[in-house]
Amino acid sequence: MLGYLLRRILAAIPVMGVVALFVFLLLRLTPGDPAAILAGDNATPEQLERIRTSLGLNEPLHIQFFTWIGKLLHGDLGVSLISNVPVLKMISQRIEPSISIALSTIVLSIVVAMPLGVIAAWRHGTWIDRFVMGLSVLGFSVPVFVIGYVLIQIFAIDLRWVPVQGFRSITAGFGPFFERIILPTCALSFIYVALIARMTRASMLDVMGEDYIRTARAKGIGEMGVLLRHGLRNAAVPVITVIGSGFALLISGVVVTESVFNLPGIGRLTVDAVLARDYPVIQAMILLTSGIYVAVNLLIDLAYTLLDPRIRY
Amino acid sequence: MTDIVLDINNLVVALGKQPGASRIIDDVSLRVAERETLCLVGESGSGKSVTSLTVMGLLQKGSLIPTGGSVKLVGEELLTASDRRLRQLRATRMAMIFQEPMTALNPVVPVGRQIDEVLRVHTDLDARARRRKILAMMEHVRLPDVERIFASYPHRLSGGQRQRIMIAMALVLEPKLLIADEPTTALDVTTQKQILTLIRDLQRDHGTAVLFITHDMGVVAEIADRVAVMRHGRLVESGPLDGILRNPLMEYTRNLLASVPSLVPRAPRQETNEPVVLEANELCKIYRERSFFGKAREVPAAKNVTLTLRKGRTLGIVGESGSGKSTVARCIVRLIDPTSGGVRLVGREISELSRRLLQPHRKKIQIIFQDPYRSLNPRVTIGESIAEGPINYGMPRKEALSKARELLELVHLPVDAISRYPHQFSGGQRQRIAIARALALDPEVLVADEAVSALDVSVQAQVLDLLDEIQKRLGIGLLFITHDLRVAAQICDDVVVMQHGRVVEQGPAAEVLTHPKEAYTRALLDAAPGRGWDFANFRPVAEAAE
Repeated sequence: MLGYLLRRILAAIPVMGVVALFVFLLLRLTPGDPAAILAGDNATPEQLERIRTSLGLNEPLHIQFFTWIGKLLHGDLGVSLISNVPVLKMISQRIEPSISIALSTIVLSIVVAMPLGVIAAWRHGTWIDRFVMGLSVLGFSVPVFVIGYVLIQIFAIDLRWVPVQGFRSITAGFGPFFERIILPTCALSFIYVALIARMTRASMLDVMGEDYIRTARAKGIGEMGVLLRHGLRNAAVPVITVIGSGFALLISGVVVTESVFNLPGIGRLTVDAVLARDYPVIQAMILLTSGIYVAVNLLIDLAYTLLDPRIRY
Repeated sequence: MTDIVLDINNLVVALGKQPGASRIIDDVSLRVAERETLCLVGESGSGKSVTSLTVMGLLQKGSLIPTGGSVKLVGEELLTASDRRLRQLRATRMAMIFQEPMTALNPVVPVGRQIDEVLRVHTDLDARARRRKILAMMEHVRLPDVERIFASYPHRLSGGQRQRIMIAMALVLEPKLLIADEPTTALDVTTQKQILTLIRDLQRDHGTAVLFITHDMGVVAEIADRVAVMRHGRLVESGPLDGILRNPLMEYTRNLLASVPSLVPRAPRQETNEPVVLEANELCKIYRERSFFGKAREVPAAKNVTLTLRKGRTLGIVGESGSGKSTVARCIVRLIDPTSGGVRLVGREISELSRRLLQPHRKKIQIIFQDPYRSLNPRVTIGESIAEGPINYGMPRKEALSKARELLELVHLPVDAISRYPHQFSGGQRQRIAIARALALDPEVLVADEAVSALDVSVQAQVLDLLDEIQKRLGIGLLFITHDLRVAAQICDDVVVMQHGRVVEQGPAAEVLTHPKEAYTRALLDAAPGRGWDFANFRPVAEAAE
């Protein structure tokens, strides 16, 4: 197992290398002169030349690449072209809201969706099943900003239970942190509950037709034991895949939710950077997102081996 | 009088509650007494499994419903019992073992814990007492190294060991009734023999009543005290074993017994000097398991297999699962590439031809697979399936389809089958279609890989007759792979016996199957269930010899 873990981590190095190369070339191969973008529309040729020299843009491409990689490995992601703040600092300020929301959404979704899926599969074809599936269609089809505004209207404006928007760090106390992330978490969870419940139901339906479920019943085990001990554990592998890739998506791509609830997360940071052509930030975001996907995939594969003893690497 | 453990009276199970709903089980009455084994026999779809699931209360809710009659277990009515009561009775009073020990065990839970679950649900024993009891039971079903197996997952065990685990799980609380639903069908003959002996011994020790479901008359002859024959959900007849085998009263039972191929080889055919159509020379197939750090591990699936097949003759390859017989067949047809050795097809060496150069030779050798439900493309019509081969070899479409029609007639199927789809046919009909498809390319050699193993005996007999008839008409060489010695005895001129990838013994079928030279061949023949009976003639083999 340890050997497998080591091999997988080693295998991640070339993947990240390819991503780094792509990210590097992104800036050099896009039309337009980075120095011109940096200097703005009114720069003189001398100013441009000075910027080129300071950024090393006159060096041959491979020298530029290795210099860039060297800085990257020392944690130097460059400086934002717009705000002149080091990119690493910008990301570290924005990562907490994103990770908090992603984690709480995944936890809430699992807690709600898996029982729903199991019950729907168990009562397959009854009104319970149809109700859960209907809910799931609703979760898929209503845009997240609609759900967000409805939740704000009810819980923040009408009932005044929680603030309308914003974010507080958990270091400022759990109460203020919790009352600000609960609404975005609920809003985002809708679609993930729909997804995970659907997947759990389908997977459980497959498993419940297996011979070992019949054996479990023949042993005189109660329905609960049959469903959870024999059904769910076998049905979990495909569900874990969905949960894992959902989590990766959540960290990097919840721009709409961040906008609705005015959260300073990395989703908005990315969109702002793209709109402003802030290349160092874009590069850092691509690297970060790829890193998260590689890590999550590794975790998913490890979860497989824990859940199913037949899967060995 | 002995105690009746299971008493089924006029049982009716229907597809739904409406009075007109079609009956899957129709008016079946059975009784099993203490220490008695009742074999429930019938072909697929006869309702034997539904009967057993009804007893256990395991019918799929809402689709199959017992609508009449009664099922009593030691005097207690089961059809009206609550779910809770049924759960209490399962494993304590009645237990069941199933056909596929691999799929019947939960793949992600160690087997010891799966047995433990029974004790946790039904007893108040503490963890240590439970473990002691389980290990004792595992030893009782003759499992080796019980401590290790206790903690093993099902995929780490052999088929026989898995079935022993199932038996241990079923009998750990000493139920009055054991239902065994085809428990040895998925096992090799030697393992089958051990499991049958085990069930017999445990029954003797504990006085269990056994309801044993099987389609295999050989197994019936080994284990039954009494026999009940079912067909289309009805009881055809029942009686003591000897009576049923010697004097079956009903036409259906007679036909069923008459279809069982005899272990005594058919009269040998005249040796011929026809040309050799297929030769395998020192054929080897070695699988290499790659490992990241250590050395690659080599698993030989076939080693130095040499065989010869002449035109118009049938050569059988027999052996247990994992013996390498299918590997050899697939190497010969070049579905997989042999590691070394040669294959000569009609005088041409084909083992080293590239895919492209092999193309013109492919049509000379065709294969029929075991499972006719999976070997035909479900979305393609029968006609297209049969004509596809000839069309690939350049035959005009119209001609190919008219050839398909001729072939359907040859395999005794209606010509209108050509525009229908595989799901509209029974298993036996599909296997006929598979044969027609293989014949469409006018092959010199036909390879049948367990081609009749998935079929009921009566259908099996028809397909074997068909193969025989086709061989006589077309003079094809037939390479017949089977694990069933009875089938081999009835169709093969020569046989090759394989074990662990090697040829153990080969020669004329009449010789090898009556006077085996090697210990392994003898063990195989000894393990063949019902070898003492000549079913088709309704008498023991010993009487036939007199």
